[in-house]
Amino acid sequence: MAGDAHSNAELNAEVHIPESEHGAGFPPFDATTYSSQILWLAITFGAFYWIMKNVAVPRISGILEDREDRIAGDLSEANRLKEETDEAIAAYEQALAEARNKAHAIASETRAKLKADQEARREKAEAELNEKLKAAEAQIAGVKTEALSQIGDIAGETTSVLVEQLIGKAPTKTDLNKALKSAMN
Amino acid sequence: MANDPIHQFHIQKLFPIEVGGMDFSFTNSSLFMVLTVAAASAFLILSTSGRGLVPNRVQSLSEMAYEFVAGMLRSSAGTEGMRFFPLVFSLFMFVLVANLFGMFPYFFTVTSHIIVTFALAMLVILTVTIYGLVRHGLKFFHLFAPAGVPPVLLLIVAPIEVVSFLSRPVSLSVRLFANMLAGHITLKVFAGFVVSMGAAGIAGAAGAILPLGMTVALTALEFLVAFLQAYVFTILTCMYLNDALHPSH
Repeated sequence: MAGDAHSNAELNAEVHIPESEHGAGFPPFDATTYSSQILWLAITFGAFYWIMKNVAVPRISGILEDREDRIAGDLSEANRLKEETDEAIAAYEQALAEARNKAHAIASETRAKLKADQEARREKAEAELNEKLKAAEAQIAGVKTEALSQIGDIAGETTSVLVEQLIGKAPTKTDLNKALKSAMN
Repeated sequence: MANDPIHQFHIQKLFPIEVGGMDFSFTNSSLFMVLTVAAASAFLILSTSGRGLVPNRVQSLSEMAYEFVAGMLRSSAGTEGMRFFPLVFSLFMFVLVANLFGMFPYFFTVTSHIIVTFALAMLVILTVTIYGLVRHGLKFFHLFAPAGVPPVLLLIVAPIEVVSFLSRPVSLSVRLFANMLAGHITLKVFAGFVVSMGAAGIAGAAGAILPLGMTVALTALEFLVAFLQAYVFTILTCMYLNDALHPSH
């Protein structure tokens, strides 16, 4: 390969370019090539900078921004939907609570009404029973009084019959009454 | 002969052009500058032509490059630094593609010439200096007097800062140039060993396995260096731009 360089140098010598200008020695330190390198670097890098600034960078940043916007948009949409869902859940729970309260109210109302009805019926029945009890008691008392009032006559009669059987002669009414009174008291 | 490691850096005139005694010939270096620009532009433009909301492979590669550089610039120079994005992105893509092109056999490595890297470094430094002076006026020189340094120490610190500022274009350009140059020379030397040992009979061919393995490993390393140097060049550009935007540290 160095042979190529050598033959190049010979070629250059033929076309009247001195060896020193071709850069004998270390190529990066060969100052004769600097002007050309700087010029072409300026042209190419300048063009590259222009392309980057006006085409590539705006395009890539546009793509990235679009994606960011899209993601941000999707996230906010998701948030909005979540809020809507939360609202719906809250509304549902409120409705449920209301319904429960109403049911509670209806139940307790019904219970109170039924209780009152029952109470009234019970009181009425009790009153009737009391009345019947009183009537029965009165009847019993009547019967008892009557029985007690008749007991004297029965005792008299029985005593009179017993005495007659014992002594063969019926006692007098006055004696009988006297005897009965002393016995019963 | 075949393993002259310097030969790959020779500039050959393809179309001699001479204006006013100055040589502006279209050389192999110029050709590869054109190829670098064409390939990088074509890739970035064609890969994004679909403008896919969901990127395909090539589009996501372009987006990755964009976001990589944008992240670098934003983290070191802030949102304000984004006004320099086209420049920083161009520098990164140009250096990266030029470095990677250099990895092809028989291709010329544009960035292995100090004048090219120095011109790019000067472009950065001049952008920083001119923008800094236009934007901040004399306050730009606060760059050399960091806040919070006692006045006595300033006598020592300020000259150091001036020297470090002036050495920036040199370090920026020499770092890239030297890495590319040294890498390609090493690669060529080891590959040359393979050829010359292989020519020396069976024992030589067996021994050539060692430099061959070395060449393979170095090729991988050089791909890493190609990317890394583009990254280093760009991140330093971002830091220098930060100085132009915020000179008072």
